[in-house]
Amino acid sequence: MNIFVCVKQVPDTETKVTPNSDGTFIETSSIKWIMNPYDEFAVEQALLLKTANAGSTVTVARVGSVQDTEALRTALAMGADEAILVEGDDNLDSYMISKALKGAIEKSGKTPDIIFTGKQAIDDDCLQVPQLLAQMLDMPSVSVVVGFEGDDKKATLKREVEGGALEVYEVTTPVLVACNKGLNTPRYASLPGIMKAKRKPLQNLSLGDVGVSGDDRRVKYSNFQLPPEKPPGKKFDAMDEAKQAEIVAEVVGLLRNEAKVI
Amino acid sequence: MVNFELSQEQKDISEMAMKFAKNEMIPKANEYDLKAEMPLEILSKAWELGLVNTCIPTDFGGTGFSTMDSMIITESLAYGCLGMNTAIMANDLALLPIVIGGSEEQKKKFLTPFTESYKIAAFCLTEPGNGSDAAGIKTKITEDGEHYIINGQKMWITNAGYADLFTLYGTMDPALKHKGISAVVIEKDTPGIEIGKPEKKMGHCCSDTRSITFKDVKIPKANMLGKPGDGWKIAMKTLDHSRPMVAASAIGGAQCAMDYAVNYSKERHQFGGPISNHQMIQTIIADMAMKIEAGRLLVYKSAWLIDKSESNTKLASFAKAFSADMFMEVATDAVQIYGGYGYSKEYPVEKLMRDAKLIQIYEGTSQIQRLVIAKEVLK
Repeated sequence: MNIFVCVKQVPDTETKVTPNSDGTFIETSSIKWIMNPYDEFAVEQALLLKTANAGSTVTVARVGSVQDTEALRTALAMGADEAILVEGDDNLDSYMISKALKGAIEKSGKTPDIIFTGKQAIDDDCLQVPQLLAQMLDMPSVSVVVGFEGDDKKATLKREVEGGALEVYEVTTPVLVACNKGLNTPRYASLPGIMKAKRKPLQNLSLGDVGVSGDDRRVKYSNFQLPPEKPPGKKFDAMDEAKQAEIVAEVVGLLRNEAKVI
Repeated sequence: MVNFELSQEQKDISEMAMKFAKNEMIPKANEYDLKAEMPLEILSKAWELGLVNTCIPTDFGGTGFSTMDSMIITESLAYGCLGMNTAIMANDLALLPIVIGGSEEQKKKFLTPFTESYKIAAFCLTEPGNGSDAAGIKTKITEDGEHYIINGQKMWITNAGYADLFTLYGTMDPALKHKGISAVVIEKDTPGIEIGKPEKKMGHCCSDTRSITFKDVKIPKANMLGKPGDGWKIAMKTLDHSRPMVAASAIGGAQCAMDYAVNYSKERHQFGGPISNHQMIQTIIADMAMKIEAGRLLVYKSAWLIDKSESNTKLASFAKAFSADMFMEVATDAVQIYGGYGYSKEYPVEKLMRDAKLIQIYEGTSQIQRLVIAKEVLK
């Protein structure tokens, strides 16, 4: 069966994010990139499904800049068979990325039986690409998936809803599954895996190749700025009993007039 | 030309090994240190991921890493836990003599099983009365028709209690000194091997260290590496490879101690601000960073020479002596930055200081390294 995984490359969670000089995006030059953590669950589930269905292939697709190809290299080292990279800026919106992924999947020459993605990317937290992509490919999608059992025909999916309850879905393939933490434990890329990864096929496409142009942009980022710095807190020393009444009055006054919380 | 940049693949290897160290080793390091027990579960997981036995060539099922690659892996694993890394590194130390001095047949027979499942090996050189003076070993190898008979005692043998395979150095004639030394491979179930009780140690507590007594242990002649008398040459070549590796472990340990100290210095407030603002602390941290990088470059160069098939004896001793002494200093300073907390077992730098001490002792003491260096310089 043809298994696809869509991955995004995001700044390492420890990155200190700053706007770039003209405020049009974040400064990306010094960022350490990692695979979006939710996408690791997607890759793992794809590899488990591949193992259970002999003759299957796992193709990983990513849209983004080529400065670093960490996410695709990691997926190949974990065991994916081939990769497609659509070269584009890191500031594309969800619609452009979804359309580019659709184009990449079509260009692969394989008809997907199942597509795995993370439920969201931890950088912009848009939570849109899985649903947009499924819509564009005219297939059902289920998100926040924490349980998967299935084959090339159908799948039973468990989906987390508010309050920790689970919804159970029976779906037929082709289907898009957006994965959540708890679905599985992503494997490490083994050292032999890392050595093998560089010999696996990687197809490079441009946005033009997959039919995406500037006209597809739905969201334009106009200004990035850091939140204003919080003023330092105030300390009151109320150890001296003689001054306590005075200090209480001062604190209440500040809470009422300055902080406006009472 | 000079190029200090690691390849993309080497960066990936380093990152992966570091991820393993941080996720699998560090969370368990204290626990296994306290109970002084081999973490077999973690070690076999490391094996599954290809982090163990990096010296085995591809022809025998290995991954085909360069010496440089194995330095990068060792540094990361030592960052996770020096004791666990010792258990891993001891496998390489015991298998290297086979890689270096073994015939094709011996390599196939003894190395391949190590690539098929997690197996443990032990390097048996040191004796109760012979450490630095390795040429004076007393363990006897006697000819007996188609066999050799081994008699003697070995001391401080890492992995001894769990080993599937022993690489042993003995003498056919003590009067010949180093020219009489031969190396043999002994399999676990050979009768006459008596394994001692685990030693109680200052550091590297989760690695298994014991004495072994060999009493009339009979092995086929086919288990000798090279010819009788080749043992010394094989041992020296093994050390050329393993000393940079031990130095790499010192770099990993020192880097870990420094990272802890740096983070702590930013969190710990005294005199109205983080202690990292104090110049007294800053000079300590600057010295740590500078010395670690210097040691790392010595490790890289000594590994690079092996990969170019050039003699690295001097550089290997540079790397080993410098990095071991440096690790001891950095770990001691890390404890100093932590102050009272540094002396407590509740905090991680106390273990690193204990672990650092052994690096100055095993695989040739810091003093022996200086003798090797002086001999090379003065020759």
